[in-house]
Amino acid sequence: MSLSPEEWTTIFLSLRVALLATLICLPAGLALAWLLARKNFWGKSALNSLIHLPLVLPPVVTGYLLLVAFGRRGVIGAFLEQTFGLVFAFRWTGAALAAALMALPLMVRAIRLSIESIDQRLEGAAATLGASPLRVFATVTLPLAAPGLLVGTILTYVKALGEFGATITFVSNIPGQTQTLSLSIYSLLQTPDGDAAALRLILLSIALALAALLASELCVKRLTQRVTGTA
Amino acid sequence: MIEISVKQSRPNFTLDVSVKLGHGITALFGASGAGKSSLLNLVAGLEQPDSGRIRIGSESLYDSKAKINLAVHKRRIGYVFQDALLLPHLSVRSNLRYGIKQGGMEFSSIVEFLGISALLDRRPATLSGGERQRVAIGRALLSAPRLMLMDEPLASLDMERKREIFPYIEQLQKKFGIPVILVSHAVEEVARLAQHVVVMRDGKVVAEGSPQAVMNLPDRHTSRFEKTSILTGKPASYDSTYGLTTLSHPAGNISLTGQFANGKTPVRIVVRATDVTLALGKPKDISARTMLKGMISKCEFDGSPIAIIHVKLEGGEELAAALTRKAIDQLGLDEGQAVWCLLKSVSIDERWIASS
Repeated sequence: MSLSPEEWTTIFLSLRVALLATLICLPAGLALAWLLARKNFWGKSALNSLIHLPLVLPPVVTGYLLLVAFGRRGVIGAFLEQTFGLVFAFRWTGAALAAALMALPLMVRAIRLSIESIDQRLEGAAATLGASPLRVFATVTLPLAAPGLLVGTILTYVKALGEFGATITFVSNIPGQTQTLSLSIYSLLQTPDGDAAALRLILLSIALALAALLASELCVKRLTQRVTGTA
Repeated sequence: MIEISVKQSRPNFTLDVSVKLGHGITALFGASGAGKSSLLNLVAGLEQPDSGRIRIGSESLYDSKAKINLAVHKRRIGYVFQDALLLPHLSVRSNLRYGIKQGGMEFSSIVEFLGISALLDRRPATLSGGERQRVAIGRALLSAPRLMLMDEPLASLDMERKREIFPYIEQLQKKFGIPVILVSHAVEEVARLAQHVVVMRDGKVVAEGSPQAVMNLPDRHTSRFEKTSILTGKPASYDSTYGLTTLSHPAGNISLTGQFANGKTPVRIVVRATDVTLALGKPKDISARTMLKGMISKCEFDGSPIAIIHVKLEGGEELAAALTRKAIDQLGLDEGQAVWCLLKSVSIDERWIASS
């Protein structure tokens, strides 16, 4: 099964969008997960709900809200364009932003669970040995949360690969620019003789998703063994 | 001098403690829930008091009036937890090196002292309980602490492992000059290790002093099975035919199974009140090898069929005996009366005592 140049473009675009989405999600997810797992503050439930909103809202609504906020005439969008020359609307970076937002709840959940499962007394023990809070985070919390971090990253990547609703609403469906695998499949299914071509991409999507899941399963198992020292 | 004077209110529990501790090993003694571990956490900075102050020497770690609250990692206090709390993702070597201080104790000498050189490349999950505690002690030592806190470091270990750890705890103070605050609820542990005991109940200090003085205080809160006395004797001679050591005590010789022949250092033995028999005269035809002379100082009645008789032994130490009220009435025992206290040698657990 050899792929056409257009198909390659779509695949590379999808991988690129998913990669950027993951890169956006990882630090944001880690910070939010740590905050939710370890800190008590006013508005914690509200923040938690807000993060989970994309999971329960219709993706079209999320996409629309993104368009309102990050469109060229949106509040944030206009500001970013004027100050940094940064444009998200109808660009592949916008697709990545949409995918990141949609995947954020998965990332936060995975990392939060993993941080919450760490015995906090270990962090206290490290502090009594003279480790500053930052060092405790880097040398105790982070390594022990590594399995959750990995799960979150893979879930985010896979979710970003397949994101559809918010993406098409926010950045439209422009071949070579914002047309990812899912959007491409959708377009092909809309064309009269596109079924066969769509099937190729569908099989490819399934293969990518399966490979990612299998890889994560394997990595998490080995990482958990390493972290707990039971290997 | 370590000065701890703190108040902490929590729902259903109030901690209110004010003690000054010296440089030896201090035991915090009491039932679970008395606030011993909370007190350690306050000293380490893992918990915050509502008010008060904590000082080591002239330095304040916490002072609510002066608004001082040193962060945990700046306090330089070693903490050995009951379950060791080694970092599971690091090797023994990395655990030991985690808090290592320049100019502190040398890595190799600590490893040798604790006999853990063969464990360095292992992971904590593969260590036995005793090994874990030794690594935890080493890890804390290498962080050059000015005070060592130990929260029931022996509680999860069996007798053999306990015996393996005792010497190391004793050496912390003797060899390294580090004061130790040890949480314990085992009298034998206190008798073996502590120079000073602080007895806690419901978040408050109820007694303080040497183990002999404090453990023998009349206390209606302990059941007769927990009632114990601590006696001090010097190993005087060893009888190799029978494997018995004689401890000399002002009130009479104490027979002890095993060899503890080191005339200089006195040893402490723990005697359960239920193991003590009282007699008005010195009996002859009896198997008990230890007979101590004293005078009844106090009879504690609580309305139950049992009473605790406190005997002031010759030389000043106190010994408690649990008797039935019937026995007391039939013998006509009363305060001020001279009595002989009979002990079965076999009832004294010599495993807690440092062997020479």
